[in-house]
Amino acid sequence: MDPIIKVQNVSKSYWRDSFEIPVLNNISFDVPEGEFLALMGPSGSGKTTLLNLVAGIDRPDKGVLSVAGTDIAKLNESRLAKWRSTHVGFVFQFYNLMPVLTAYENVELPLLLTSLSKAERRRHVETALTVVGLEDRMRHYPRQLSGGQEQRVAIARAIATDPTLLVADEPTGDLDKRSADEILTLLERLNKEFKKTIVMVTHDPRAAEKAHVVRHLDKGEFSQN
Amino acid sequence: MKVFKLIFKNALRHKLRTALTIMGIAIAVMAFVLLRTVVTAWYVGVEASAANRLITRQAVSFIFPLPYAYRDQIAKLPGVENITFANWFGGTYIDKNQFFARMAVDPETMFDIYPEFVVDPAELGAFKRERNACIVGSGLAQQYGFKIGDVINLDGDIYPGKWAFVVRGIYKPRDKTTDASQMLFHWQYVDERMRRDDAARAGQVGWYIVRISDPAQSASIAEQIDALFKNSRAETKTETERAFQQGFIAAAGTIIGSMNFMSFVIIGIIMLVVGNTMIMSARERTSEYAVLKTLGFSAFHLVGLIFGESLLLSCLGGGIGLAMSAPFVAGFEAVIPRGWFPVFIIEPITIILAVSSALLVGVLASVFPIQRALRTTIVDGLRHIG
Repeated sequence: MDPIIKVQNVSKSYWRDSFEIPVLNNISFDVPEGEFLALMGPSGSGKTTLLNLVAGIDRPDKGVLSVAGTDIAKLNESRLAKWRSTHVGFVFQFYNLMPVLTAYENVELPLLLTSLSKAERRRHVETALTVVGLEDRMRHYPRQLSGGQEQRVAIARAIATDPTLLVADEPTGDLDKRSADEILTLLERLNKEFKKTIVMVTHDPRAAEKAHVVRHLDKGEFSQN
Repeated sequence: MKVFKLIFKNALRHKLRTALTIMGIAIAVMAFVLLRTVVTAWYVGVEASAANRLITRQAVSFIFPLPYAYRDQIAKLPGVENITFANWFGGTYIDKNQFFARMAVDPETMFDIYPEFVVDPAELGAFKRERNACIVGSGLAQQYGFKIGDVINLDGDIYPGKWAFVVRGIYKPRDKTTDASQMLFHWQYVDERMRRDDAARAGQVGWYIVRISDPAQSASIAEQIDALFKNSRAETKTETERAFQQGFIAAAGTIIGSMNFMSFVIIGIIMLVVGNTMIMSARERTSEYAVLKTLGFSAFHLVGLIFGESLLLSCLGGGIGLAMSAPFVAGFEAVIPRGWFPVFIIEPITIILAVSSALLVGVLASVFPIQRALRTTIVDGLRHIG
């Protein structure tokens, strides 16, 4: 079976004023469908940059980056945006919910870009919120929810469109231990029960334990440990 | 949930800031409408002038009179259809604050030459028959409650003494721009008093109004009239009624020009107010725009969100400002001395300008925030701490 993510000789640098800062150096790896991959490494090692490249929110300087059969490095901005809306669900460290929208409306946001009817959108939203255990918090605004609940809403938003790939950037980084465990259990369940391919960046070894594969990055390259 | 709902919710995110912005726009629109209405009111005389009327006045200054004897000489010129005359009377009604035009006119010809002053034929007949009769405009009659048969007492200043006039008619304005606040009475009545009390001032009129058959001939006829009295004791200056009215306004040209300029400065101020709000809002939401882009929202969607919010604020402010402009302008008219502006109305062009300005402000104020939101990459946007 073809891997869902194929990364070949990808490099990426950032420019800060006149200084070029290399972040990823000739990275190659594959991720089979249904895998739960954890990316670990010290700050500045390039793990979030790699996650952003895989999620199609940043572009490599060179190399081939194929996700779900599409060479996403070659897509223009509007095609890439459309591709993201159907293939990627993103979970951020700080949840990044719209404060003026309810939990229901936040989860519905990515569905507004689809051709689903209002009733179909409602069904998707209710299913997603039920999966994360927040069916009784639909009308609540983010300020009325705890951090763990906000992150669960963010996960519901990420899975509402039934994406091919789920990417999570430090999903437990801003949570207490109990909430973090709940989120990790939820991600594990999404991987096992719903067969979602997950790529997660984390500093937390307990979070990494939930993953099938753990890869360590250091100074823009995979290390052995 | 629709995108419009998100626009509305975003606009109400900081309720106080939104309310202050909308109020700022509303007040600016009211000030704009008031200034434009004042400017328009100044130009009402020009707008109301007829192309087939010439005004002949003393060449040195409008305040010097012309001999009554000029009337027949002008009337004989080819192309002249009819002629009448008028004389500024001045005087005081009740007190100095009660200002309106009081003019001694020729009752036989005045209303032929000014068909926009519509008078009932019976009332006009009564006016012509009585030497001390007067006709007042419907606006003036409404303002002071004048009725047919009432006596209006004036204290003379240019023409000293006590004067009493009986209201025999009330004229109505034919057009929106017609001045309905004048008081007109017999020149002969005033002239007879002058003959008795100050003979040197008898037989004089303020200016002539000449109706011509072909407006295209106005320059040539004006030249002929002035040529008639060249090197006389009272040389004349003849011009179209429009030029004559513009001459009046020219004296206050700088003030009107400044008001005109200020009305557009106000548009600039509104733009800064809305622009500032939109820039602050867009800056605060940098990371939210990045999240929307991550979810797959395109540049088109972001433009719609920011542009929609800017337009919503400017339209709400503009709408409230326009709705409040009518009572605001009416209130202003009530506090200024009566008679300063015979016609004081909000012209349709003023409303069109105010609406267009509000829309333009909405569009322009969103340009910079849109540019910023589109230029910021998702990665930079997600890093932003608002």
